[in-house]
Amino acid sequence: MDNALGEPQTMLLLGGTSDIGLAIVRELLTPAARTVVLACRDVDKGERAAAGLRHDGLTVAVVAFDGAATDTHEQLITDVVAAHGDIDLAIVAFALLGDGPSTITDVAAAAEIAEVNFTGTVTATIAVANAMRTQGHGGIVMLSSVAGERVRSANPVYGGTKAGIDGFAQGLGDGLASQGVHVLVVRPGFVHSSMTAGRAAAPFATTPEKVAEVTAKGLRAGRRTVWAPGLLRYVFMALRHTPGPVWRRLPLG
Amino acid sequence: MNGHTDAVPMKPRRPLSGWGRTNPSVADVVELPNHEVRAALKEAGPRGALVRGLGRSYGDAAQNGGGLVLRLLGAAHQAVLQPDRPSVTVPAGVSIDELLRVIVPRGFFVPVTPGTRFVTIGGAIASDIHGKNHHLEGSFGNHVDAITLLLADGSTEVVTPTDRPELFWATIGGMGLTGAILDATIRVLPIETSRMAVDTTRVPDLEALFTAMAEGDDDYRYSVAWIDPQARGRHLGRSVLSRGDHARLDRLDPADAIDPLAYGPHQLASIPPLVPPMGVINHATVAAFNEMWFRKAPRHRTDEVQSIASFFHPLDMVGAWNRIYGRRGMLQYQFVVPFGQEDTMRTVVERLSASGTASFLAVLKRFGAGNSAPLSFPAPGWTLAVDVPAGSRGLGELLHGLDRLVLDAGGRHYFAKDAHTTAHAIRRGYPRLDEWKAVRDEVDPHGVWQSDLSRRLGLTG
Repeated sequence: MDNALGEPQTMLLLGGTSDIGLAIVRELLTPAARTVVLACRDVDKGERAAAGLRHDGLTVAVVAFDGAATDTHEQLITDVVAAHGDIDLAIVAFALLGDGPSTITDVAAAAEIAEVNFTGTVTATIAVANAMRTQGHGGIVMLSSVAGERVRSANPVYGGTKAGIDGFAQGLGDGLASQGVHVLVVRPGFVHSSMTAGRAAAPFATTPEKVAEVTAKGLRAGRRTVWAPGLLRYVFMALRHTPGPVWRRLPLG
Repeated sequence: MNGHTDAVPMKPRRPLSGWGRTNPSVADVVELPNHEVRAALKEAGPRGALVRGLGRSYGDAAQNGGGLVLRLLGAAHQAVLQPDRPSVTVPAGVSIDELLRVIVPRGFFVPVTPGTRFVTIGGAIASDIHGKNHHLEGSFGNHVDAITLLLADGSTEVVTPTDRPELFWATIGGMGLTGAILDATIRVLPIETSRMAVDTTRVPDLEALFTAMAEGDDDYRYSVAWIDPQARGRHLGRSVLSRGDHARLDRLDPADAIDPLAYGPHQLASIPPLVPPMGVINHATVAAFNEMWFRKAPRHRTDEVQSIASFFHPLDMVGAWNRIYGRRGMLQYQFVVPFGQEDTMRTVVERLSASGTASFLAVLKRFGAGNSAPLSFPAPGWTLAVDVPAGSRGLGELLHGLDRLVLDAGGRHYFAKDAHTTAHAIRRGYPRLDEWKAVRDEVDPHGVWQSDLSRRLGLTG
């Protein structure tokens, strides 16, 4: 149960090695926190992340989680609840970025990204939502992206999955509100992280810590959507309505 | 769309929050008379069940997310005054407000009343509430002769301090987690009139307040101080000390003496639901209010006749006053520190004042002896209660810091107010927690009685 200050006691990070996800966890760690569960594909890397979080009075557990293994997601959430009790906040932060140019032509690579980013996100989130409906409270942070707001030709598979989960999370959230479950969609721009290492930064680039700050603020204020940085809300309001012939000529990488 | 809906039975699920309107959860809420509770309990799933009174506890004590929440119907006219001694048997769902309307005209008063009369008898027992007379007469549980308790296994038992002392005292202050309190027999206080005779004094600072209360409280049945939590420096802890007792018949004016037990409090106004989301509480409005409160109090006035409502329940004159805090809601921070820890109290007041957290009057009270209940809050010492808006910047750090001060001083926090502290803080503040848990595990081995608070603070599960 979150306390009156909006401080979660138990957090589940799906994508347990995600830089943004871990930054959000760190931002929300308070003396009220009891348990953090890192669900990740690379358990060794997860253990290293866990070691960085652990302190007196905080349990950090690492569990194996494969975003593509959609038929395991429900059981995973059941196990987490059985071991740690109510999940106060789940952060859905796993995704494959893929190599833009090749995913446009490589069917297998595109399928993997679509499977993990969209199908896996949907199944894992629904499993979380079911658990939260049962407990009558909870919060879900969905890491979307500005890439889904208007999908660029450079990486349409990634952008398309983000557009999909963004819409999914909004619709799910509207339905869950009356069940005591709050969904916050976070739309970061370009974030300097291990996912984007070696890529040229886009304008308005930000850091995992900044995204985490914006997320925490959005949660406290009960917002349903936040952008990081906040200015991108207005940038994309404009880009969304930019006529196609102009949009296609914009140097957006 | 195939034209027919799924055959899922419609349950009356709805969100519940405490008086602070902070962290709600959704539960199946059922209103029912006492005799149907046993059957309803069979519907309780793995999230268990809880009885909720009027929802005046500030945090999540009367919530049970995903579970069953029962509201007991009961009418004050079912209250039975015992013929042999001044005591009354009341259904647990009856409020102090309703009970007073029945017993005051008959010349009796409740043994303990908190700052609001909108609490139920069941809630008063479960939270072991205290009032302005704690220094002499202890908390609500001290005045309970018997409790009819519906246990997790469906059996009903009348528990008393002599028949089943462990279960009785585990239920006093037990936050509804030992069973459903169906009714209770409580001792009442004979009164001659429905008025109070009150002495009011302005006190310039905290030191003077400690002295005044330590020296003079025992001359009064009721005593409480309202502190201006925004006063700083040499004004730190400036306050209005209000003390009194029930007025004797010969104190009333002839006009009032015709009907000395007349009692009919009413609300003057109610805060509408359409308060701006950010609330109307800010530093300026609160500072102005606190200044006015201090200035309007007489420097020293003795033997003033006041009504029960204005002496005990001034905030009840405004309905739904918690709405003024807006959508984010508020917390009430209440703790007790033992005598000898006056410096800790001073530091807490200093930090609250320095934080600039917009806060209405804080209430300071000198507690007397505690009782035998392992989870009862009051203990000999000083207690402070202060309201703060939940959205204040830096509030988490401030309160967690204050928690450490309070716990290091041997103090603790009040379950009925708590909405932020931790299982660890409760374990430190309530050293008899395991004793209480042992009694609870015996009467409820499968954890039927649960609440959001009990899970959050590790009382159950």
